[in-house]
Amino acid sequence: MLLLIPLLPLVGFLINASFGRRLSKGASGTVACAVMLMSFAVSVAAVARLVGLPPEGRAIEQMAFNWITSGDFSVGLTLRLDPLSAVMILVVTGIGSLIHVYSTAYMHEETDPEYARYFSYLNLFAAFMLILVLGSSFLVMFVGWEGVGLCSYLLIGFWYEKKSAADAGKKAFIVNRIGDWGFILGVLLIFARFGTLDFQDVARAVSQLSPDQTFGTLSIITLMLFIGATGKSAQIPLFVWLPDAMEGPTPVSALIHAATMVTAGVYMIGRNAVLFGHAPLTLNIVAVIGTATALIAGTIGLVQNDIKKVLAYSTVSQLGYMFLAMGVGAYAAGIFHLYTHAFFKALLFLGSGAVIHALAGEQDMRRMGGLRKALPLTYWTFVIGAVAIAGIPPFAGFYSKDEILFKSFSSGHTWLWAVGLLTALLTACYMFRLVFMTFHGPSHTVSHTEAGHEPQDAHGGHAHLHDAPLPMAIALVVLAIGSIAAGWVSWGGRFEKFLEPSFGAALVHEPAAEGNLETTLMIVSVVVALVGIGLAAYYFLKNRAAANKLAETFSGVHRVLEHKYYVDEIYDAGVVQPIQIVSEEGLWKGVDVGVIDRTVNGVGQAIGGTSEVLRLFQTGSVRAYAASIFLGVVAVLGYYFWR
Amino acid sequence: MPTLNDYLVLSAILFAIGTAGVFVRRNLITILLSIEIMLNAVNLSFVAFGRSFGTADGQIIVFFVMTVAAAEAAVGLAIVISLFRHRESLNPDTFTSLKW
Repeated sequence: MLLLIPLLPLVGFLINASFGRRLSKGASGTVACAVMLMSFAVSVAAVARLVGLPPEGRAIEQMAFNWITSGDFSVGLTLRLDPLSAVMILVVTGIGSLIHVYSTAYMHEETDPEYARYFSYLNLFAAFMLILVLGSSFLVMFVGWEGVGLCSYLLIGFWYEKKSAADAGKKAFIVNRIGDWGFILGVLLIFARFGTLDFQDVARAVSQLSPDQTFGTLSIITLMLFIGATGKSAQIPLFVWLPDAMEGPTPVSALIHAATMVTAGVYMIGRNAVLFGHAPLTLNIVAVIGTATALIAGTIGLVQNDIKKVLAYSTVSQLGYMFLAMGVGAYAAGIFHLYTHAFFKALLFLGSGAVIHALAGEQDMRRMGGLRKALPLTYWTFVIGAVAIAGIPPFAGFYSKDEILFKSFSSGHTWLWAVGLLTALLTACYMFRLVFMTFHGPSHTVSHTEAGHEPQDAHGGHAHLHDAPLPMAIALVVLAIGSIAAGWVSWGGRFEKFLEPSFGAALVHEPAAEGNLETTLMIVSVVVALVGIGLAAYYFLKNRAAANKLAETFSGVHRVLEHKYYVDEIYDAGVVQPIQIVSEEGLWKGVDVGVIDRTVNGVGQAIGGTSEVLRLFQTGSVRAYAASIFLGVVAVLGYYFWR
Repeated sequence: MPTLNDYLVLSAILFAIGTAGVFVRRNLITILLSIEIMLNAVNLSFVAFGRSFGTADGQIIVFFVMTVAAAEAAVGLAIVISLFRHRESLNPDTFTSLKW
């Protein structure tokens, strides 16, 4: 049964990839959505069976075939469903299905083959993502890990005729490779240290060891794995690819770059909670990096003007939150935030997609405004998403974010808590800035023919404003309901209890519930979120001039933020340019032309020169040949005769 | 009664004559004849050895050699004829175009 879950999208991929050119849009869209919905149904059935098992033995395993056998080492292509992967497959197939449905309308202006290509990539992505979360060993996970990276590359560069899209795809792929390098080193180290790659076996072996107090093997392993996570989940220092990834179609940003793939790093740490729990040093690094990323991405998000870029930085920031949770040992809280974030961030992305769709490709918020009346459904669902991410009860984001902040405070990371709180303020602020700039105030929308600028999204189409068509509306409404209600599953610590078997001994058991403290912190974070919304309302709704004045007063800060802390420029100067110079001047002109080419040409010339001389021996005269054979035979015989 | 040695000496002399013929003569047909002499010199030593050791092996091999020699002569003469048609000459030194 488990096998069906990734297999169904794979079948959809094969159909659309093989026959997509000949299928109509309706047919290829239906196939893609149908396989996802079936996969979702199977997932629900599988999770229902899982929940029916007693809590200690909650795992369903299925081995497809024995993949690698070498000596006493063997890896099967095994899928394992436990509470953690149950949450993940429900998110991937559930939200994935909605986004597939949404895409049928969003991508409708593509030609038939392009449309089928889009859906084949999307299905392939879902298949790999499901392999990633269901894999029972590092190796199977790695297959999914690389597969989603590939699909991310293909989908970011979906409009490959646009240079910026093709470049963004390459950037995502290359930055991810750096992370994957760390990941595979970590996996190899695990194999060298424990002789197995199965998650359960590794966890069992690790729990026999005492935690790494100094920087030992476990710390190195976890640090390497974390490098992989920073690449996939866009954390410092490898977060630069995610904002550029917004070149892809908006549903792709929602599915891959908000809800699922980018959370793979968080999932991976959760999956190896025992391992990371034995490396407190790495956990501290994870927490600090996560918090720093949350803050930095949040501040950048505050000044961006591209609607999708704001959401992208918001995603980076929220992923930082999840890593903060992982780093302070609140694995369940991190996974919980992953789960709620999947709802509201997918909703926000799809909402922004509906706006972009309505404005025929416009992404600059300065050219939006006043869309509230024209797009009521989009507006209201978007506001729900924004309230959810800001952390206002009883919306989903409140529960998970508050949980993370509480856990980081109660585990003694007061500084991280403070920064996290500041980020919560920023989150509320930039998100409502987006809402106000897009949906409120005077309209700045311009007809594209008059303005004469190219649409940002290669997605052209109707010039008239129109609210989301039916498939998009369905996805928006369902996700909005999810953004309201998804957090409620945590009431009474049920979510945490459900996940407990997956984290096992790694869970940090903090002292019995400090009711007062929790309530106080909860009120603090709600107040902070409200202040953030208030600030946004003042500066971007009531008094736009004040915002501009503020930007002028702190023009230095504003410029730095607008240029995203010059990180791209620094990487360009510090990494890309040196590599290019070394490659061009050193490796190409020096090593390749100077050494390799010269060696090859030299060998060729030497042989040519020798042959010039040797060919004189070939006279064509048969008798001369016979004479040399004869003399040779005489010489050899003579040698043996007189020796 | 001639001894084995006598036969071998005769065989060596015949072989030397044949070899000299191959190198010295300027007529392809004569060269073919010289090759026949070399072959038969070897045949002679085979037979002599066979008789000396009291086995039939030498004689059997000689039959094979004679068969092959007949075939070789047929092929060789055919080549000579087509060469002659081509160049109006039987001098091997005129056929030196097989080079680079």
